[in-house]
Amino acid sequence: MGEPGTKELLSLEELEATAGHHTGRKHTLSILVENKPGVLTRIAGLFARRGFNIDTLTVGPTDDERISRITLTLDGALHPIDQVTKQLHKLINVLKIRDLDPTDTVARELAMFKVAVDGPQRAEVMQICEIFRGKVVDVTKRSIVVEVTGTCDKIDAFERMVRPFGLVEMMRTGEIAIARGRGET
Amino acid sequence: MRAVDAVMECLKAEGVEVVFGYPGGANLPTYDAFVDAGIRHVLVRHEQGGGHAAEGYARATGKVGVALGTSGPGATNLVTAITDAMMDSTPVVFLTGQVRTELLGTDGFQEADMLGITMPIVKHSFMIQHPLEIPRAIHEAFHIARTGRPGPVVVDIPTDLSRADIPYEPVTDVRLPGYQPTTEGNQKQIRQAAKALASARRPVIYAGGGVVNANASAELIALVRSDRFPVTCTLMGLGAYPAPDPQWLGMLGMHGTRAANYAMDEADLICCVGARFDDRITGKLSEFAPRAKFIHIDIDPAEISKNVPAHIPIVGDAKNVLTKLVAEYRALEADSSRLEEWWSRIDGWRERYPLTYEDSADTEIKPQRLIEAMYEATGGNAIVVSDVGQHQMWAAQYFHFDAPRKWINSGGLGTMGFGLPAAMGAAVGCPDQTVICLTGDGGFQMNAQELATCATEGIPVKVLIMNNGYLGMVRQWQELFWDRRYSHVDMGQWPDFVKLAEAYGCTGMRFEDKTTLVDDIRTALETPGPVVVDVRVTKEENVYPMIAPGAAARDMVG
Repeated sequence: MGEPGTKELLSLEELEATAGHHTGRKHTLSILVENKPGVLTRIAGLFARRGFNIDTLTVGPTDDERISRITLTLDGALHPIDQVTKQLHKLINVLKIRDLDPTDTVARELAMFKVAVDGPQRAEVMQICEIFRGKVVDVTKRSIVVEVTGTCDKIDAFERMVRPFGLVEMMRTGEIAIARGRGET
Repeated sequence: MRAVDAVMECLKAEGVEVVFGYPGGANLPTYDAFVDAGIRHVLVRHEQGGGHAAEGYARATGKVGVALGTSGPGATNLVTAITDAMMDSTPVVFLTGQVRTELLGTDGFQEADMLGITMPIVKHSFMIQHPLEIPRAIHEAFHIARTGRPGPVVVDIPTDLSRADIPYEPVTDVRLPGYQPTTEGNQKQIRQAAKALASARRPVIYAGGGVVNANASAELIALVRSDRFPVTCTLMGLGAYPAPDPQWLGMLGMHGTRAANYAMDEADLICCVGARFDDRITGKLSEFAPRAKFIHIDIDPAEISKNVPAHIPIVGDAKNVLTKLVAEYRALEADSSRLEEWWSRIDGWRERYPLTYEDSADTEIKPQRLIEAMYEATGGNAIVVSDVGQHQMWAAQYFHFDAPRKWINSGGLGTMGFGLPAAMGAAVGCPDQTVICLTGDGGFQMNAQELATCATEGIPVKVLIMNNGYLGMVRQWQELFWDRRYSHVDMGQWPDFVKLAEAYGCTGMRFEDKTTLVDDIRTALETPGPVVVDVRVTKEENVYPMIAPGAAARDMVG
């Protein structure tokens, strides 16, 4: 066993077998922050320092102009997130953090897909679009752009359906999420 | 009023007596304000020295230290000190100049993105964007630095904004809705902790620098003596419990005593106060204190269960929590005879494994002997500021610190070059006390330029260089773990430290004889002004005992 600080060789397996508690599921963190310059960098920096990869990140205003909301998702199967949540709390500009319980949360993401289709294929894509309650927002002779809203999973599913038709590109906003029921998120 | 004059008013309102700084283009306005401000300014010779001096001042006095630098290189030279203050939770406000706002982000002359560079190493930082923000930012910086878990705060002020004319009104409130440190401690949890302590048969109290920061030494003593609890301190906590003492086990960790480390290893309950289970404490984490349940008292919730899962977490100020814990514990009237067996086991270790070394047969000074001689010469009445390396560990082992704030060192970051400037800051903060800088021939050279500051300002630091001609700690590791393949650890014989001292306007001395060492040290301490002593010690001596890297505490060697 290669020990730190000694000359013994470390195997790659040992390097990979680093400890840490993994929840094994996706986490959606909803963070209220003061609307000040540099806040996003401070938050992103905390994740970077631990070597965490943020899957999605959205920032937007709240009903109070001094406060913004950041919604970010990351994979709890890859990263132990409880410690980083505590670290986030230490940031002076962070007001509130919630690790949203997926069963008590409505999450939505907006995506736009540009698909290279014409003629009969276009009709087929439009049909899929209808099933997913998407909307066609642009059409040319050789392409259409479809707008879809839903959970990440739904958007993933839509992508799988339209990809074979010739997906030119796809834009996703990242999820926003709100707690179910009367209480605030 | 000019914004910079408002800065001075803020500093005075915060009770600042002294700042350590270095002028430059971007903080010219600030330096102009110093002319009339009536605040002592110590002109250091390198911004890093100023940063560490502010740390030493803060650690010795318990007040917030202040360091100043200009933009660009002045600011980046502060980075090591800022990191050091972060790692050791030292309250310091760093004021840096910045290029004027129209040049921001253009690679202007002496521009460095100080906010970006320091983001991971500050408790908080302020980039001033409007001159009216300045007073509030300064006051909030002090508030953040000193409250909760203390730490460094950077305030970066563009030079044009500092010249602005603003109305100054004292700021008495802070508006930090996202910053409300928990200080009280949950009463239910505290009661649980008291019960756990009362039923523990092999308890250990493990205290760290947080106790010193919280000025909770008396409360720690009260807890330890509310029963026959064994107590050990981390490197940062030394002095929080007075040594020597029947209930004192010595320091724990990599170079701690066997009694302390074995007690942790066999404990059934560890009560951690203001410490963070650092890897230098735990050794191999998976085999650390395998039978113990943990009470973890800390002001910083992010420390709880970070390395070791806490069974009874208590977030709060150590002074507050310990006061309540002592009251709860006393109410339980636990039977201390349950600890008989535990103490006989601990006493066994203390008898069998005292800290010891083989003294030289001739006049050669063993490094451990130097520390003992320092203790004898001072009677323990000194602030000892160490650098980083073997001498630091020997001082921690052999100098018995009987009160907090008498032992100042760079624990978390392990910054070589910390010693001299930090001692300088401590001496400025505590002019009535003897301040010894114990350093190595390596670390001393990393900030030796501050001798000029000491000489110029008449700061009477007594520097003892434990000179073995090696980067001793690295050499020890190369000897023990890298087959004695010494690689670039031999420091050679230069400089001549006596001549160097004299060149800087200090008194230089050289000690080589152990038989006169105690008297020689007394002579050095009685010599007025800054003194530098080149103490020649055994070249190859190792710090023992030792938990080898990655090994478990029970497998200590040496």
